[in-house]
Amino acid sequence: MTELTVNKKKFSVDDEGDTPLLWVIRDTVGYTGTKFGCGVALCGACTVHVNGEAVRSCSVTLDQVKGKSITTIEGLPPADGHLTKIQEAWIAEEVPQCGYCQPGFIMATAALLKKHPKPTDAQIDENVTNVCRCGTYSRIRKAIHRAANA
Amino acid sequence: MKMMDRSSFLRATAIAGGGLLLDVSLPFTARRAEAAMTSTPIGAWIKISPDNTISIYAPQSEMGQGVMTSLPMLVAEELDADWARVIVDAPQVDKAYNNPPFQTMATGGSSAIRGFFMPLRQAGASARAMLVGAAATQWNVPANELRTAKSMVYHDASKRSATYGSLAGAAATIPPPEKVELKPREAWTIIGKSVPRVDTSAKVQGKAGFGIDVKVPGMVYAAIRHAPVFGSTIASIDDTPIKGFKGPHQVLNMKTAAVVVSDRYYRAKKAVEALKISYTGGDATLSSAKIETTLRAGMNEKPVIATTVGDADGTLKTASKVVTAEYYAPYLAHATMEPMNCTASVTKTSCEVWAPSQAPGPLAGLAAKMTGLPPSAIKIHTTYLGGGFGRRFNLDFAAEAIQISTMIGKPVKLVWSREEDIQHDTFRPTSLTQLKGGLDASGNLVAWQQRIVTPSLLVSNPQLGFPPPPPDKPDSFSVEGCADKKYAIPNFTVDTVMKNFAVPVFFWRSVGNSQNGFFFESFMDEMAHAAGKDAVEFRRPLLAKEARHLNVLEMAAKLGDWGKPLAKGHGRGIALHESFGTIVAEVAEVSVDAKKKLRVHRIACVVDCGTYVNPNTVEAQMQSAMIYGLTAALYGEITIDKGRVAQNNFYDYPMVHLAEAPHMDVQIVQNTESPGGVGEPGTPPIAPAVANAIFAATGTRVRSLPFVRHGFTA
Repeated sequence: MTELTVNKKKFSVDDEGDTPLLWVIRDTVGYTGTKFGCGVALCGACTVHVNGEAVRSCSVTLDQVKGKSITTIEGLPPADGHLTKIQEAWIAEEVPQCGYCQPGFIMATAALLKKHPKPTDAQIDENVTNVCRCGTYSRIRKAIHRAANA
Repeated sequence: MKMMDRSSFLRATAIAGGGLLLDVSLPFTARRAEAAMTSTPIGAWIKISPDNTISIYAPQSEMGQGVMTSLPMLVAEELDADWARVIVDAPQVDKAYNNPPFQTMATGGSSAIRGFFMPLRQAGASARAMLVGAAATQWNVPANELRTAKSMVYHDASKRSATYGSLAGAAATIPPPEKVELKPREAWTIIGKSVPRVDTSAKVQGKAGFGIDVKVPGMVYAAIRHAPVFGSTIASIDDTPIKGFKGPHQVLNMKTAAVVVSDRYYRAKKAVEALKISYTGGDATLSSAKIETTLRAGMNEKPVIATTVGDADGTLKTASKVVTAEYYAPYLAHATMEPMNCTASVTKTSCEVWAPSQAPGPLAGLAAKMTGLPPSAIKIHTTYLGGGFGRRFNLDFAAEAIQISTMIGKPVKLVWSREEDIQHDTFRPTSLTQLKGGLDASGNLVAWQQRIVTPSLLVSNPQLGFPPPPPDKPDSFSVEGCADKKYAIPNFTVDTVMKNFAVPVFFWRSVGNSQNGFFFESFMDEMAHAAGKDAVEFRRPLLAKEARHLNVLEMAAKLGDWGKPLAKGHGRGIALHESFGTIVAEVAEVSVDAKKKLRVHRIACVVDCGTYVNPNTVEAQMQSAMIYGLTAALYGEITIDKGRVAQNNFYDYPMVHLAEAPHMDVQIVQNTESPGGVGEPGTPPIAPAVANAIFAATGTRVRSLPFVRHGFTA
């Protein structure tokens, strides 16, 4: 059994140590907002925070996050029933289309704003490298600036 | 860990003072439970609960295009519903919800608004008439003295009012009116307004239930590995390599694929990837080079005529100037963000399927056929779709889930890896075309002769049940976007030769238009240059009788600063294309540096989709279609090597990212024409607009896709 903390709750899971964190979160712990997109850390749909840092959870193993604190999209807001300013900006800009990639983008943006509270376009380009097949990029950029200025 | 399907989301209700009231997206809130237990159906589309919450069924699959909002808006408009208290539901498969052009429950062909624009408004008007009738009876006043607003009926003379919720029971007993009058467009308060989407709140919280999120009691997980060479099957599976892995594992030989079933998805995935499998059959000599050679050889075969006007052949012999060119487009994968997946539970007496599907109607039929169960024993739940783009109109992945569940006797969730998703997609057909254009002495376009050699979607997909084209007629998908162009070219012939290969082909956003728009609008640009004319000026006389096309062209030129000075190394290109009843023109501005680094800076897009329902969605779909088409134009290419797909994942089938996404301006033409499609028409013009801009910037004409083939980097 491996201990880990997800969204401030402690879990003890029986997955093998080489299991990608993504599948532990989705299938064993049961938070499905973290999405499977590519499995090779290229699309960012599975982005979560591990000890506050944005991580592509398909490409870190359970062994690597043992005892660490993980935050998923479900645990991003300060309390249940609230939204972060990032999510509010996403709603205001009507960003999502199919919506599948958006939790990953929001997690990547949360990490970006911690590093650069008022990011430039260049900083956004460099730090938010997720893939959206619906092409919501221009609204994502607007929403990031909106959240930064909220 | 309850499954949250897409039917379980309540609308976000904005509350004064900021924030959102979060009774959204939780499947079993008190409000929803009460609505479900006590609401009264009025016709097939509307349920009204005593608390005046109104549920409206959205009969199309939500894959990002916004139909869960735009279709209920049509009902709500005529019903005079209080939109803030509308709940959107996904119906079960029933012919009542058939998409009119398809005669089944299916989403595709940019047909949602076109198909449902009348029926859903009529449903709303009919229910409104029944509610008014109930109030008239209750108050003993003539119905024409009553008015409705925001889910209330009013009798102003006696200062009486009643909620729809209080009238629903009585209204449901009134026979629906045979004829209803629809509101004049001046009276619309919902249609044509940027109504916020009903699914946004759930989607930004990670609470929207996609197919991959389904969890049902007793469910196990399946991972799959298809036989890599098209047409090959599995000869044997050696499971020695997985002996040391933690199980349980159940290995299935499905002939065209090996499957491992386990209690965790990753256990299944790791095992299926480790199996030693030998294959038999298939043509391992098939390659992209061979396919291209076969297509080119097809140019000399007897074609079928798609369109012919005047005498193109004869005119070309006497034309002042003749230009010839060959264009090529590769196979493309759809690469939806959510890889293919499906959950199925088959028992001796029932079959239940949870699928991110564009085609729940055909899926229900397939499930009945596969299981031998009567239609009444089949239940299809359509989840949110993590992208569709045509891919999820196919049923291959759902058929596999049904087959696996039947084999193991348990509910199972099948999830494909990204590699399986890329390699075993059903692809946008490759296409080769040769064109000849003729100019008269004044530089007018007087002849156009074009032959297209490509696989046929219709012949390759008999499972769809569409009739194949007769021998003397083309598959319209092969030539759409060329044969039906509206330019007045006096001598015009488009014909086609069919060449099918073992590579499976399918609908891809905008279908034949996706490559044919590139061919036609690029060659039109070549002809303009050959005539020594500006690309907009050259098109004007050809569109003299097509007022809407001409208007879109002029508006796009204006929006895209056509003709204005440009920085060094920059160029602009324009393309105009009608598809799915909608006309779109795009102006691209690009720059290319000395190292052939290509940057698309800006795209101006003008769309005439006639009457539109939700302008915010129209804008989003244009942005979406342009980025989707830009990814294909820049990078998109599926190649075949040794009988199998050479690409694997996003590292060799790359996508446009935020950093490369151009600035996009979208303008919607205001008119009162019939609605056109919106999901696809933004895609066809992007590749030619950018290719024409590359020519303007560099003098290099790009005649085959993707651009990276020609040494451009992004």
